[in-house]
Amino acid sequence: MSKAKSKVSIANNLNTIDLVQRNLAKRKRAEWRFRAYGVGAILFGLACLLILFSDIISKGHGAFMQTQIYMEVTLDSQRLNIDDPTSDQQIRQANYDSVLAQALIAQYETGSTLSENTADSFKPLSALDKRQLLNLISTGAVYTIGQRLSDNPQLLNQTVGFWLIADDDVDNYVKNIEHGGKGFSSRLNKQQQEWVNNWMANEQVRQVFNSTFFTSGDSREPEQAGIHSALVGSLYMLLVTIGLTFPIGIAAAVYLEEYAAKNRVTDFIEVNINNLAAVPSIIFGLLGLAIFIGFFDMPRSVPLMGGLVLTLMTLPTIIISSRAAIKAVPPSIRDAAYGLGASKMQVVLHHVVPLAMPGMLTGAIIGFALALGETAPLLMIGMVAFIVDVPNGLMDPSSALPVQIFLWADSPERAFVERSSAAIMVLLAFLITMNGLAVWLRHRLGRSYQ
Amino acid sequence: MRTSVIPLISFCLWAALSAPAVAMRDYIDVVGSSTVYAFSTVVAERFGKTSGFRTPKIESTGSGGGLKLFCQGVGMKFPDVANSSRRIKSSEVELCRSNGVQDIMEILIGFDGIVLAQSKSGAEIRLTRRELFLALAKEVPNPDGSENTIDNPYQTWRDINSNLPNIKIEVLGPPPTSGTRDAFSDLVLDYGCHTFAWLAEITEQAREARVKQNFQLAGDLRRKQRRLCRMLREDGAYIDAGENDNLVVQKLNANPDVLGLLGFSFLDQNSDRIRGTKIDGFEPTFSSIASGKYPISRPLYIYIKKAHIGMIPGIEAFISEFISERAAGENGYLSRKGMIPLSRAEREDIAQRVQTLRGKVHQ
Repeated sequence: MSKAKSKVSIANNLNTIDLVQRNLAKRKRAEWRFRAYGVGAILFGLACLLILFSDIISKGHGAFMQTQIYMEVTLDSQRLNIDDPTSDQQIRQANYDSVLAQALIAQYETGSTLSENTADSFKPLSALDKRQLLNLISTGAVYTIGQRLSDNPQLLNQTVGFWLIADDDVDNYVKNIEHGGKGFSSRLNKQQQEWVNNWMANEQVRQVFNSTFFTSGDSREPEQAGIHSALVGSLYMLLVTIGLTFPIGIAAAVYLEEYAAKNRVTDFIEVNINNLAAVPSIIFGLLGLAIFIGFFDMPRSVPLMGGLVLTLMTLPTIIISSRAAIKAVPPSIRDAAYGLGASKMQVVLHHVVPLAMPGMLTGAIIGFALALGETAPLLMIGMVAFIVDVPNGLMDPSSALPVQIFLWADSPERAFVERSSAAIMVLLAFLITMNGLAVWLRHRLGRSYQ
Repeated sequence: MRTSVIPLISFCLWAALSAPAVAMRDYIDVVGSSTVYAFSTVVAERFGKTSGFRTPKIESTGSGGGLKLFCQGVGMKFPDVANSSRRIKSSEVELCRSNGVQDIMEILIGFDGIVLAQSKSGAEIRLTRRELFLALAKEVPNPDGSENTIDNPYQTWRDINSNLPNIKIEVLGPPPTSGTRDAFSDLVLDYGCHTFAWLAEITEQAREARVKQNFQLAGDLRRKQRRLCRMLREDGAYIDAGENDNLVVQKLNANPDVLGLLGFSFLDQNSDRIRGTKIDGFEPTFSSIASGKYPISRPLYIYIKKAHIGMIPGIEAFISEFISERAAGENGYLSRKGMIPLSRAEREDIAQRVQTLRGKVHQ
């Protein structure tokens, strides 16, 4: 290297440094802005999530508590219409409405709880008053009484204390008061509010954990409605989807990656699979309606149908993610196995599939999580239905958790607002668990090839 | 790996093979209107809990969709009962007949009120059906009195009637697929339209043409009448708010100047936040709708496939529960859910007909 040449290069360098210096502040600002866009995007996403969660939780948390009212009921055999206490039939069909009505009305006609203003309390109740008084207790309360009596037949003709479920209007009213409000009063008149206030003053009202929400099926009375049957329906559908998608998806992915020749046919299939993954889900519902119900004569509203439709919907996603996972297995592993004399099938089953499994599972679980939250395709195959009984199998009519939310959100009863939010919380919990499982599996089973 | 694949494959095979073998259905299958859904589900639930039969399955498909399914045929895989918030059309009866569904029993179960609601914090608006027609029709009679129509020029309620507040006309309501909107077109727009003599004349001419067997002219006049009397304006005064009435309630709450078209049960449940607009002088209350003074209410029907009675257990018991006093009576549990009951005489008549299973079969 000559002296002259190095001088030139130093001069050039100085020029470059000048240039850099001149632009440095601008470049740093651009850099800072670029990062700020990213942070902004994440903050925006988080803010949306926060608003969504706080809205759902603030609306839905109330549904996990339930108002109950303490009532002493005399299980008078005459009123109940029971002559033979050993007969299950008679106990099942007994007139519990009548004993409950008697217990409620007796409170006021004898004035036992209205000790402060006894003057009012001896006035007999009018028919309208009686009905309004009865409306304060859930229509489901009689089943609580009936259940207790059929479990303990010796209670017949005794006075027993029950904590009975309050009507949804009372539930709303009491919850509102407990949260410092003046009482949500549009559905309760002055007289009814007074009765409830009286019960509250007498500590006849309590809030307990709403187990009904998890143990019973749908109901049109919000206080008796639960997600059990919808949840079971969702699980059955998921079972069908997992059982079908996983083997079919993996078999297709393995064949396309490991065996299929690269030609126009495979290209065509690949394009189609990618397209199907982007098709709106309701189209799969229409497909299911035409093929499974129209052509194969399958019944509507059963989890098997729902599972099949969701299988159609998730298959493309699972094939794509499985193929990506298989592609990520380094060729050196295959070469090493072939070098030791393994057959193609042995290479695939012993090496490629086990190594690709974490990736395939992750893709599959995310696909199943999507299927769990899907409503649109189920609309077409009759799963948007009122179903009270818990399905006993794949061929029993059932609904699904997101469908239940959809139906409740459309109901006029105010108390369903908090119940739909609570059901959304349950669904979110399932989705978070499934996605957490996917992350965990990736960490647990993942390997590096370094 | 291999061991876990075999049970999965056998499961798939079992699932695929067991499917077409439809077993005896032991529950009642009901489809149809989402409005009647809100009431028949209540009946179904009580029925399931007290009768010893299984709880019927009730799908919410809309009246048209439900009747279409209902009319597909007779047999286990077809629905037994269809809910409808309008009367069955003759085209649907025809479809039923062509699929072998001959005997259909029609039962009127009650009425559903349709209300125009607004936030309680807004200035109270009282309207007539004529004013509503002028506010919401796509074309309105020329305000200068000549017998032609112009595109709806009214922007505020005051433009229509100087007694009304100076508020922009905005009405939230369901999409065209909804029965609520159909009923609104029939009972409000069409009625309001007929308060204009020359528009009412068109209907009269169409009737005369039909009598004179001039079906071409009758059809043309009918189409003209429908275009003039039932089209809702599309310039933003009527806002399609989707099928969810709860959403409409929320939007009314947020903006006290808009009106919303709702089912009566939603007004009933939210009466602390919204109020019903008086129409033709009557407030939508339970009694004013039941007595027929409040003008916008529509009939709710259930249709029963007679061929299925005896085939599916419990249909008769389900119907008797539906029309029983404790369900559909004045103080029945359906009225608590917002359904407007029939008069005592009507109820007795229907009970009688159901007893003898005659039912009114359409045509």
